[in-house]
Amino acid sequence: MPDDKRVAVLGAGMHPWGKWGRNFVEYGLAAAGDALAEAGLPWTDIQYVAGADTIRNGYPGFVAGATFAQALGWTGARVSSAYAACASGAQAINNARAQILAGLCDVALVVGADTTPKGFFTPVGGDRKDDPDWLRFHLMGATNPTYFALYARRRMELFGATEADFAAVKVKNARHGLENPYARYRKEVTADEVLSSPMVADPLRLLEICATSDGGAALVLCSMEFARRHAGKADLVTIDAVSTVTPRFPQTIIEMPNFSTDSSATTASVGPTFKQSVALAAYEEAGIGPEDVSLAEVYDLSSALELDWYEDIGLCKQGEAERMLRDGDTTLGGRVPVNASGGLSCFGEAIPAQAIAQVCELVWQLRGQATGRQVEGARVGITANQGLFGHGSSVIVSR
Amino acid sequence: MTTKTRVPAIEGWFTLDEQQPTLLGSRCTSCGNFAFPKETFFCRNPGCQGREFAEAPLSRTGTVWSYTDACYQPPKPYEAADPYVPFALAAVELAAEQMVVMGQVVPGVGVGDLQVGTEVELVLDTLYEDDEHEYVVWKWRPTGATTGKGA
Repeated sequence: MPDDKRVAVLGAGMHPWGKWGRNFVEYGLAAAGDALAEAGLPWTDIQYVAGADTIRNGYPGFVAGATFAQALGWTGARVSSAYAACASGAQAINNARAQILAGLCDVALVVGADTTPKGFFTPVGGDRKDDPDWLRFHLMGATNPTYFALYARRRMELFGATEADFAAVKVKNARHGLENPYARYRKEVTADEVLSSPMVADPLRLLEICATSDGGAALVLCSMEFARRHAGKADLVTIDAVSTVTPRFPQTIIEMPNFSTDSSATTASVGPTFKQSVALAAYEEAGIGPEDVSLAEVYDLSSALELDWYEDIGLCKQGEAERMLRDGDTTLGGRVPVNASGGLSCFGEAIPAQAIAQVCELVWQLRGQATGRQVEGARVGITANQGLFGHGSSVIVSR
Repeated sequence: MTTKTRVPAIEGWFTLDEQQPTLLGSRCTSCGNFAFPKETFFCRNPGCQGREFAEAPLSRTGTVWSYTDACYQPPKPYEAADPYVPFALAAVELAAEQMVVMGQVVPGVGVGDLQVGTEVELVLDTLYEDDEHEYVVWKWRPTGATTGKGA
């Protein structure tokens, strides 16, 4: 891949996920500090800061990229702030990448962090009768797991997925995350434990729905020229694609927080679904296909949703995800391990940090540094994620 | 004991016809695209420059695309009854409009009574109440034309 189409990852850093109850800035700073240390660069060398924003910790100024820049000490570095719900981190990565590829800066810091409340995510407060996110709670009592469960039930009806399959995803991911020092939940679970956990949104049970977590993640990105100068001839890990696509009309699959799909009565729905298009755009940009992928980090907001992603990122055909899972293809040691980090299942979601954390994991995997969860010989990894309101997110990383 | 006034939980999204209620969507006067809730400003069809919309009552019956339930009480701004009573939800395909519309399923009908493909119809039901009002919303109810699992 030509140097003017990719950026190098010099450093990755994370603050462990958990329910620490501290200020989110602290997690972001810890992650940034680790990423800078890996990169071997002082903060004062960073020319551009791309923040991935949270919305749960105050007014927009407080949660922006500049918050991290100020906390690290003002240096005059340029800054951007991105909010795209769960896809915020990918937007921040893309902002930094665009600056580097445009030649506007050589080296950038990407950082996202969050502190989350307990329980269901709730909409912004007030009496917001023009906000679909507020209205879906008010008029239907439709939480995020409601939507995850609609997809899960659909898989059961269309493809013969079973509750045992969904539980097997959780069992697999729990095992993957056992040795991950950044994971919040590091405990094996059995299928029986999953299947006897309380039902939340039929057919999904408590242990199959991702928790909300505190956490922070950061990356130091730079131009290929800067990387060679700085890191010598070392094997470089590069970001080869960042997909931030939106859906195409008509969007015929019900999506959070909507009440309805688009109508296809006057305009036929053709081509890939939104989730398929997220990864397709990344593959096209990187000039590779699913057959080139060594591992994937996908957004398992629910155990069942992970199966949808197998198909949507092209690891198998539609309806074949359960077979892949049952054959062990997506387990560590299998053909293409999925969520070797343990996934959201072991992390819970720290929204603006999560898409960055997915890339951190791929970076460590490609360098052979993922102790206890290493995918042997990994060369190419892909992340996939989707942010509320139509934000696609997929990043391809290679070595 | 006074009778409470029945008012819509949201204005303009459905008719208050207790026997034959309909959801009120919109149709673009240029391209004919349906939308729910109503489109009021820009047609969402990227190939259309439409800015005007006619009110469009949507089909009263449809088939279940998928379904689930809410075993735990949803947080505010959902106004839950005390004690909380779990309810089912369905995403329903409307054939004429070729769109899927979500809603709660009427009380007493659970996930065991539903299947993908179950025919349902739109009804009005109480969402919550205060001292003077019953706030009503649309819900889906199986017509019995297709049978659920239990039947």
